[in-house]
Amino acid sequence: MSAHAQSRGPAGLLSRVRGGDSWSIGDRIGLASAWAAGILLCLIAAAIVLYMLYRGFQYLSLELIFSHPEAGLDQSKSGGFLDPLQGTLALTVIATLIAAPVGVGIAVWLTEYGRPSGLARAVESGVEIVAGTPSIVLAIFGLLVFQQGFLSFLSYEATPGVAFGRSFFVAGMIMSLIALPLIVGAAREALHSIPRHVREASYALGKDRISTIRRVLLPASRRGIGTGVALGMGRIVGDTAIVVVLLGATLQNDPHGGIPGLSFLQGTGSTLTTYVYNNSPVGEGGSPEKAYAAAFVLLLIVIALNFVVDLITRGRGPSWTR
Amino acid sequence: MDSLRDERGMDASRTLLAGAGQLPPPVRRIAPAAPPTIVTPPPNGNGRVPAGLAAPALKRLPRPDAPAIERMRTEALTIAYGEKLAVNAVSLEVRQGEVLALIGPSGCGKTTLLRSLNRLVDLTPTAVRGGRILLDGEDVDGFDVTHLRRRVGMLFQQPNPFPMSIFDNVAYGLRERGSKKPSRRALEPAVTEALHRAGLFEEVKDNLEHPALALSGGQQQRLCIARSLAVRPEVLLLDEPCSALDPISTATIEETIVALRSEVAIVIVTHNLQQAQRVADHVAFMYLGDLIEYGEVEQVFSAPLAERTREYVSGGFG
Repeated sequence: MSAHAQSRGPAGLLSRVRGGDSWSIGDRIGLASAWAAGILLCLIAAAIVLYMLYRGFQYLSLELIFSHPEAGLDQSKSGGFLDPLQGTLALTVIATLIAAPVGVGIAVWLTEYGRPSGLARAVESGVEIVAGTPSIVLAIFGLLVFQQGFLSFLSYEATPGVAFGRSFFVAGMIMSLIALPLIVGAAREALHSIPRHVREASYALGKDRISTIRRVLLPASRRGIGTGVALGMGRIVGDTAIVVVLLGATLQNDPHGGIPGLSFLQGTGSTLTTYVYNNSPVGEGGSPEKAYAAAFVLLLIVIALNFVVDLITRGRGPSWTR
Repeated sequence: MDSLRDERGMDASRTLLAGAGQLPPPVRRIAPAAPPTIVTPPPNGNGRVPAGLAAPALKRLPRPDAPAIERMRTEALTIAYGEKLAVNAVSLEVRQGEVLALIGPSGCGKTTLLRSLNRLVDLTPTAVRGGRILLDGEDVDGFDVTHLRRRVGMLFQQPNPFPMSIFDNVAYGLRERGSKKPSRRALEPAVTEALHRAGLFEEVKDNLEHPALALSGGQQQRLCIARSLAVRPEVLLLDEPCSALDPISTATIEETIVALRSEVAIVIVTHNLQQAQRVADHVAFMYLGDLIEYGEVEQVFSAPLAERTREYVSGGFG
């Protein structure tokens, strides 16, 4: 009784960390380190958020968000980060629009068809390899591919026969590879968790595989897919290497060609990540205060995406007995 | 939480073993609230059961008379999964106006037989099939499989409504792929009728738009019946439809089954022999893939011809 009555409140916590009733010394040390690690992680997260909050509120202003960045060594003359913010949003939308359908398609094919099984295994390892490849490697590879002359419509022709290979299109395509494995994984897990008899119930009503996938399986995996997409968007928002190599990380968004809209996508630009890098003390170090403000906005976007994931996964999805 | 911990007898064991310096892991002890109920043997004591306590007579649900019309038949149906023979040369008839119960111990092939009738077995890559299955005299292999499955509906062991509204679940089988989409108004009479036939309409008529997965297990299973009935099947296959349900839901579903048998030929696989007695007209007993005995329900349960059947229906194995 006594040991357990204590288990509420700090004294009980202490007695548990010390090892409760009959724990061996190894177990006590293990438990104590687990507690310590957990608390440390919370402290680190809190420190990041609080520090960025402090810095962010100190330097952030609406003017920064709504003005274009300008060249200038003086912080008072270097403008805001409207262009990087637009770049982050545009790149995220492009990459997600590519990654979501392709990722869901791959997941559906792997779980519902998966034949020939050799090809399915190859696709699985392919997804794993893409997931494990550093984004800078993906970026260099992208440059190699998209500088081919016949792909110049995705960026623009730098010299005759050679494409420039840097644009929102190109960066978005390679960026989609970063989100793809997360979407494939989440969608596969969601599809796997649907019991076989649910599929069979649809077949037993005279439906074929396609309509079963469209009308039953995909709606039932909406949560899983949504979670994967939101996590993937988080990765896209946070990536720097691909932006530096494939988007140019220019000061301002720089449209190319005469067609409005399309010219934006064919042109170069930057995102919040490269803006932070370029203005931070480790980069060119032009405007550290603006770097903090932009980093704060970046953090807000990522936290908002995490919140969306929480909203999606909260509550219960469809549940059947196996 | 604390009161629960107290029941674990922690203090008692602590005092007992305090001297030994170590404590055993907590053991949960439960004190019985009342002495167990034990049935006392009859006083006449000669081991014979008095007349009043004799085994209850066969209980059957009251059923309307319906003419039996043959709808499906299997001829020397043989199904194997790889090397393993699951169904061995079974010939059976399925008639409208009757309920046919397939009984037998686990692994006897009754579910495989049932799933072959709407060619759901074809989905198992290792399955091979011999013999013939006829629907109204036509070989089912000649049918388009989606067309066959509209005529031969199926209900599963676990309720499995789709993640959509009650209305959409019932309308699911009626909605066609492609451009011609029947409107909700056009579907409504068929949906309502199917819910009526499954005995669910009164319970759900006010919330047809609610998600089907929020219904209780018994309601979900009746919704699945309604979903099958909506496409107007001629044969309905039931694979242990009540095994996941409570007795009250089971009773409702059994009544539904008996009421449906005049319009639809029904085959039910069940582990529950009492259920087979209650709902079936004919019973097929299978054992290790073989059809051992087929006959009217009274005959199979009270005067089985085969020794195996006698042992099984009297509880000798199972």
